[in-house]
Amino acid sequence: MRAALTHLGAAVTAGIWRLGYGARFFAYLLVHSGTAFRRFRLTLREIYFAGVLSLIIILVSGLFVGMVLGLQGYDTLQRYGSSEALGVLVALSLVRELGPVVAGLLFASRAGSAITAEIGLMKATEQLSAMEMMAVDPIARVVAPRFWGGVLSMPLLAALFSAMGIFGGYLVGVVLIGVDEGAFWSQMQAAVDVRNDILNGVIKSVVFGVAVTLIAVFEGYDAVPTAEGVSGATTRTVVTSSLAILALDFVLTALMFTGGN
Amino acid sequence: MLHGIDLDIPRGKVVAVMGQSGCGKTTLLRIIAAALLPTRGRARVLGQVTGDLDRDALYALRRRMGMLYQFGALFTDMTVFDNVAFQMREHTNLPEDAIRDLVLLKLEAVGLRGAAPLMPAELSGGMARRVALARAIALDPELILYDEPFTGLDPIALGVIARLVRQLNDALGATAVIVTHDVAETLPLVDYVYFMADGRVVAQGTPAEVRRSGVPFVEQFVSGAIDGPVPFHYPAQGYGADLGLAASA
Repeated sequence: MRAALTHLGAAVTAGIWRLGYGARFFAYLLVHSGTAFRRFRLTLREIYFAGVLSLIIILVSGLFVGMVLGLQGYDTLQRYGSSEALGVLVALSLVRELGPVVAGLLFASRAGSAITAEIGLMKATEQLSAMEMMAVDPIARVVAPRFWGGVLSMPLLAALFSAMGIFGGYLVGVVLIGVDEGAFWSQMQAAVDVRNDILNGVIKSVVFGVAVTLIAVFEGYDAVPTAEGVSGATTRTVVTSSLAILALDFVLTALMFTGGN
Repeated sequence: MLHGIDLDIPRGKVVAVMGQSGCGKTTLLRIIAAALLPTRGRARVLGQVTGDLDRDALYALRRRMGMLYQFGALFTDMTVFDNVAFQMREHTNLPEDAIRDLVLLKLEAVGLRGAAPLMPAELSGGMARRVALARAIALDPELILYDEPFTGLDPIALGVIARLVRQLNDALGATAVIVTHDVAETLPLVDYVYFMADGRVVAQGTPAEVRRSGVPFVEQFVSGAIDGPVPFHYPAQGYGADLGLAASA
């Protein structure tokens, strides 16, 4: 019993210590982000690796999620004679929730893991130490461009996911099932609010982008510099990011969409 | 880790720090590089006490140093050319034409001008070490630190690196500290040697002096004897007892 409590206490202390270390890392990263903007070419490169190379998985997933929404939504709505509201259901589901959340989860597993592995391997092969020895701050030169590249990519990917999902819903609902096209688009246009729905969705995707990319760069930078250490850090990135996205989504939804919205 | 280290490295000399693995020589190198600070005592490098430096002053000091890592530590996402140009682009405002000329000059010095467009993954171990050497001397440092520069190299590459270390040091008028356990290549190359064991300096002098020093550890290390002050066997209870023979005997 005493050993178990000691073990629990040690684990809690280590967790708090790591949280503090992560917060200090984040503050240092923000303070030393100047290079990422002064030499925006470095950040553009990371937008390519984190964003452009994630396009395929985001677009294909968005299409299928939208198609499933179209099928499921029609099945439910037609029972109540409201199948024309399919466009609203698909759009609101995607813009408010599924777009940011699913795009965030995909981004974490595709780009987040790659960022962690890359930084972790740079650490394991002493590239970060070498940079430090050359009087170049690795956080400013390596970490900050990756962080901002991820943060800027995530809302764009979420928007593309939602757009592709709406197209998928259109394909299934209008083209395959035969829902009225005019009703599909006009009801969507009338019901989706720019500030309450789209802007809040964008805010969610920005928050998820910050969370996922911060976890990814931190885990990479803090990885034990061995093959096993990098592997463990990559796994932690995906698990922690996914949980963070789901938890943050609940908090943000509670803040944004309560009170009749 | 280190105890009572009092070490003086004269300007312009090539000095080796030798000892078996785990004796603290890499820790010593990291203290010289100000990657670690001594918990007691102080390290004065290029006239500055490393423990007194803030981040900017530390980086200013490091711009006067170059370091060659054990396995090169080349940036794997950059070509050989970009690796060597890295510090020039980060720390100078030189136009790209001038950087190109300087990079080719450095690569020519290590015999790899033709490898400029290659990626690190396309290089052999010896070539990677030579590129890393070109990168270490990119800004003509006053102090060059070598962390196990001969490890894992074939005899030809090893000879090339050893010759380059000496030639480049003499050409640049720099000071070099080589941390290594490679006796055969190092002793003919250096001006002075420190031998370390268990975190302490156990012998020092010119290569000729340490060969004659009569210190048992140095003699074992230089001759590569299996047994001596550094025993072959890791401490353990009697072999017979481990096999269960002692009790029955």
